[in-house]
Amino acid sequence: MGKTGEKMIVNGKRIDGRKPEELRKIEMKVGIINRANGSAEVKFGNTVALASVHGPRELFPRWMQESQSGILRCRYNMAPFSVDDRKSPGPDRRSVELSKVIRLALEPALFLEDFPKATIDAFVEVIQADGSTRVTGINAASLALAHAGIPMKDLVTACSVGKIDGTLIVDLSGKEDNNSECDMAVAMMPTKDKVTLLQMDGVITREEFSKLLKLAKENCKKVYELQKKVLKEKFG
Amino acid sequence: MMEKNKEVREVALPGEFLGEKKGRKIGRGAYFEGEKVFAKVLGIPRVNEMEMNVIPLSGIYLPNFGDKIIAVIQSVELSGWFVDINSPYNAFLPLAEAVEEYVDTSRSDISRYFDVDDIVFCRISRVTKNKTVQVSMRDIGCRKLYGGVIIKVTPSKIPRIIGKAGSMITLIKSKTNCDIYTGQNGLVWIRGENKAKAIEAILTIEKESHMVGLTEKIEKMLGE
Amino acid sequence: MEGQYALELIMKGKRMGERNFEDFRKIEIEKSVIKNAEGSARVKIGETEVIAGVKLNIGEPFSDTPEEGVLIVNAEFTPMASPDFESGPPGENAVELARVVDRGIRESKCIEMEKLCITPKEKVWMVFIDIHIINDQGNLLDAAALASIAALLSTKIPKIKDEEIVRNDYEKDLPVVFKPINTSVGKVGNNYLIDPNFEEEKILDCKLSISVRDDEKICALQKQGTKELDFEDLEKMTDIAMKKSKEIRKLV
Repeated sequence: MGKTGEKMIVNGKRIDGRKPEELRKIEMKVGIINRANGSAEVKFGNTVALASVHGPRELFPRWMQESQSGILRCRYNMAPFSVDDRKSPGPDRRSVELSKVIRLALEPALFLEDFPKATIDAFVEVIQADGSTRVTGINAASLALAHAGIPMKDLVTACSVGKIDGTLIVDLSGKEDNNSECDMAVAMMPTKDKVTLLQMDGVITREEFSKLLKLAKENCKKVYELQKKVLKEKFG
Repeated sequence: MMEKNKEVREVALPGEFLGEKKGRKIGRGAYFEGEKVFAKVLGIPRVNEMEMNVIPLSGIYLPNFGDKIIAVIQSVELSGWFVDINSPYNAFLPLAEAVEEYVDTSRSDISRYFDVDDIVFCRISRVTKNKTVQVSMRDIGCRKLYGGVIIKVTPSKIPRIIGKAGSMITLIKSKTNCDIYTGQNGLVWIRGENKAKAIEAILTIEKESHMVGLTEKIEKMLGE
Repeated sequence: MEGQYALELIMKGKRMGERNFEDFRKIEIEKSVIKNAEGSARVKIGETEVIAGVKLNIGEPFSDTPEEGVLIVNAEFTPMASPDFESGPPGENAVELARVVDRGIRESKCIEMEKLCITPKEKVWMVFIDIHIINDQGNLLDAAALASIAALLSTKIPKIKDEEIVRNDYEKDLPVVFKPINTSVGKVGNNYLIDPNFEEEKILDCKLSISVRDDEKICALQKQGTKELDFEDLEKMTDIAMKKSKEIRKLV
């Protein structure tokens, strides 16, 4: 039951008609911002995130430079018009935490030691929010990094999983997010089977956690196939 | 959009498996874990008996020892110049590597040799592990480039712009009557009346470098 | 280099202070240490020290929960606690810590928020948890989470007279029904470390923080650190954390 008492799953279907383990319609584009070294746009249903990558470039102020390796800087931001109740522009605490968490989701995939003293700056802008914004942003940022020619061990792919009305689901929409018993974001390097981001809040049993991990892994791989497709087609 | 009858080489993604190492040299666009070799950048795989590599489709220039590059003087110092080499790392051109004669730096202002915004064709003579770079003008062919304009292209496309045994760049030079220098750092210097045509050709090669049938297209473009 | 010695020990299967990989340092919990706060606790894990204070105010409920109290968690990484902390607004680590502690408390539903309603849609009790880091010797998150739940358990709701709060005159305890415990598990090579200290934190590959409720339900998870984890690591680290949380809960 949602907070409003509304049933979130009726006859095995979610409020938007999806099956529990069904992803929303996903669209991906690469190279949408020509002033950036790399850029991408990813849509999961109505959630739209843009990512741009600048660099590697010289890092100022100099005292921030690491002489042995480059750094990754990341900024996650939600546009004021992206949500129902206008969000004041500028970073709030959630954006500060998500900026950190997204950076740590992408960093393991980069060869930062190839760029001492330099920085790679990744910007994620959510221009329309309908749940699962951080994973949409990570998928976009990963495409933008590859598009920019940044050396990477693997792409980074992310998806959200959770539990609603007692059922395990994939790719939570905004309304589902607000009414879920659990909401979990997972990012991984898809060909290495390594997890780079894991955040969960809600109430689940140990067994449900294992099942959700499995669901996340399977669906990240589906998203990866789409990332592969858009990169190959762009340059094909 | 895929254009008709243009064969395309398959692009590799970072993390894609290229094959077993088998003692081969691993290029800068690939990495290995044990015996398994993977793509490191988004680009065209180049795998043969000798080498396993991926040529990046985009990306900035990282300086390498021996590269012949085009550089722009950024600042005049006491015993040399800082130069912009189109990289997150700038480089230093020491006086001794640039000028043959003896120069008394306490008396002379070395800007009479090279001043800010001057363009030079030079060679990377040193790169340390943390990317401190030195360039030199000692090699034959290194010189100051007068006049002309510089355009930036993706560094990994320079070989295609040069062509097999220089065939492509020679074609452009002769058809447009321009002087052209290509730097491995992705900078191309062009001087001449028809430079617009030359630039258009070069940018087309950059954009369509991975497509077959490009040479014919460029010939046609320049033929008019 | 900080952490070098810790790493050498770990590679030999040992830890600083002769600890086992699955041991917490000595934990001390003291409740109701701040007289002017409605609830408070001082927690020491080894030399890491955190004070959590709970203040109650009356305010407006959120529009989507008109009959529930409001919970706000804040953390200060005060410069006195470590040469690495600077004055000024909370940096990303302080924000992250506050939010992770918040989620552990909020998602576990340990506070019966419906019982904090005074006048529906107009007045509810607002519970402010402020976390003050006194000394950073590693594993601030577990210490902060422990101090927060200990402080909540010591919190009393003041009386209201003529629409005003009468401080220091209490009506009843804050209704707390669960004790969520946050356990951080670090990974170094193939080793899992509970309660990494300051030096160990510098050389961790990564960390997983897990918040567990009394009934063994998982309420919050946060992966931290710059390296990646296997799915198997996640399962094993979760099992270790769940085991430890039972032990720690007895101390609160």
